Amino acid sequence: MSLWEYANPKKFMDWTAPVLPWVAGSAALCLSVGLIWGFFFTPDDFRQGSTVKIIYLHVPAALMAINAWLMMLVASLIWLVRRHHVSALAAKAAAPVGITMTLIALATGALWGSPIWGTYWEWDPRLTSFLILFLFYLGYMALWSAIEDPDTAADLTSILCLVGSIFAILSRYAAQFWSQGLHQGASLSLDKEENVSDVFWQPLLITMIGFGLLFLTLVLLRTRTEIRMRRIKALHARARRA
Amino acid sequence: MKALLLRDLRLAIRAGGGFGLGLAFFLIVVVLVPFGVGPDADLLSIIAPGILWVAALLAALLSLDRIFALDFEDGSLGLLATSPLPLESVSVIKAFAHWITTGLPLCFAAPVLGFLLHLSSDAYTLLILSLLIGTPALSMIGTFGAALTVGLRRGGLLLSLLVLPLYVPTLIMGADAVRRGADGMAATTPLMLLGVITLGSIAVLPFATAAALRVNLR
Amino acid sequence: MPDLGTYAFEILMSYGISFGLLGALVGASVLQSKRVKVALQRVENNG
Repeated sequence: MSLWEYANPKKFMDWTAPVLPWVAGSAALCLSVGLIWGFFFTPDDFRQGSTVKIIYLHVPAALMAINAWLMMLVASLIWLVRRHHVSALAAKAAAPVGITMTLIALATGALWGSPIWGTYWEWDPRLTSFLILFLFYLGYMALWSAIEDPDTAADLTSILCLVGSIFAILSRYAAQFWSQGLHQGASLSLDKEENVSDVFWQPLLITMIGFGLLFLTLVLLRTRTEIRMRRIKALHARARRA
Repeated sequence: MKALLLRDLRLAIRAGGGFGLGLAFFLIVVVLVPFGVGPDADLLSIIAPGILWVAALLAALLSLDRIFALDFEDGSLGLLATSPLPLESVSVIKAFAHWITTGLPLCFAAPVLGFLLHLSSDAYTLLILSLLIGTPALSMIGTFGAALTVGLRRGGLLLSLLVLPLYVPTLIMGADAVRRGADGMAATTPLMLLGVITLGSIAVLPFATAAALRVNLR
Repeated sequence: MPDLGTYAFEILMSYGISFGLLGALVGASVLQSKRVKVALQRVENNG
């Protein structure tokens, strides 16, 4: 019995079916607790005023936008090395979730930037990197939808994901080199003194967990859909042969 | 290896091979910009480095889909895959041929067009240098994109969507080197980083390109 | 409802956009999942 057995499509469907509602439920719970706490029961920041409430959407969305790509990278590697179909499908399923998170991070960032930095958009390295990440997601999804044969599509998108990851990191540092940023340094690292204060940190942590669980829920759900779609295709093909 | 390179060059130069098309495109884009932003010489000289680099990038993009498409259609790519020459080398040679037919002419055409855009006189050497260092990366990345989309019937548009985000670091460093030259600052750092990108692309991407080709030839 | 002061527009907009996008994503995923489930059942019963 190895871990990889859970990646068998049939096994995957069997174990995700009972797990999914629990994950979805806890995502909903964390999100509502975190967001309600953050929105209604936190004080205003003494410098940023009430705009600090945007943090409960902006930071978790940005976090998940990057983690979704990381997950796609790992899933692509697993597909290329071990040829588990579920892994390729999970990468495919994660892309739309990731692009939505990127959009949310960009939109809330623009809305947050307008009162604090006095502009909706600035070619700040982090903003630029997210825009580039958005383009990478677009290309990745376009490649998936352009290729008919599922195995070819999985192979090519995996290769693109690997190369894209290298270039995404390169772009991030190139952008840093190219323009000085408006973003503050790290504010969530564990050992810094200038971190955000606990009043904001506690609900933020809960929303971050909530966004993570939401991502997991959506990826599981979408992967299940992809597996079913694959099965329909296979059954059709079998019927045509018979 | 040499035979393949010569064959590719000959095919590109022959009529309909697209040689010169990229150059003409480069010229037209650069000429169009002043019509768009107005004839103000000061403004043009500020944006000239960026315009020249973006136009070079678009011109390099134009001929990418021809790198593998013709060979894929007539089956010679399949022959190349079974030949003793590994596909990794094939992709490097293809990228090199693409660079000679588009990147290299661009390097020499750019100073002439820089003149049209009132590029600061200090920046010419850096313009040529940065293009010489940077355009091989454009060709190599483009070859990778072409390998990904070679099996698709209408891959051209998708190819640009895939390749353009990959061009971002090269563009940033290249244009920055020229801009620093125009401002009279030292440009060694961006040039060296540009070299890093180019060498890194040539070191890594042939393997990815060959892998993509193998998938598409399956 | 907390007092949002002068920034009410930005805050409400960002919550609105985020919930809109997330809602659309969740809705689309659930809808697609249901449709595919029904389609698969139909194919399996026929075959």
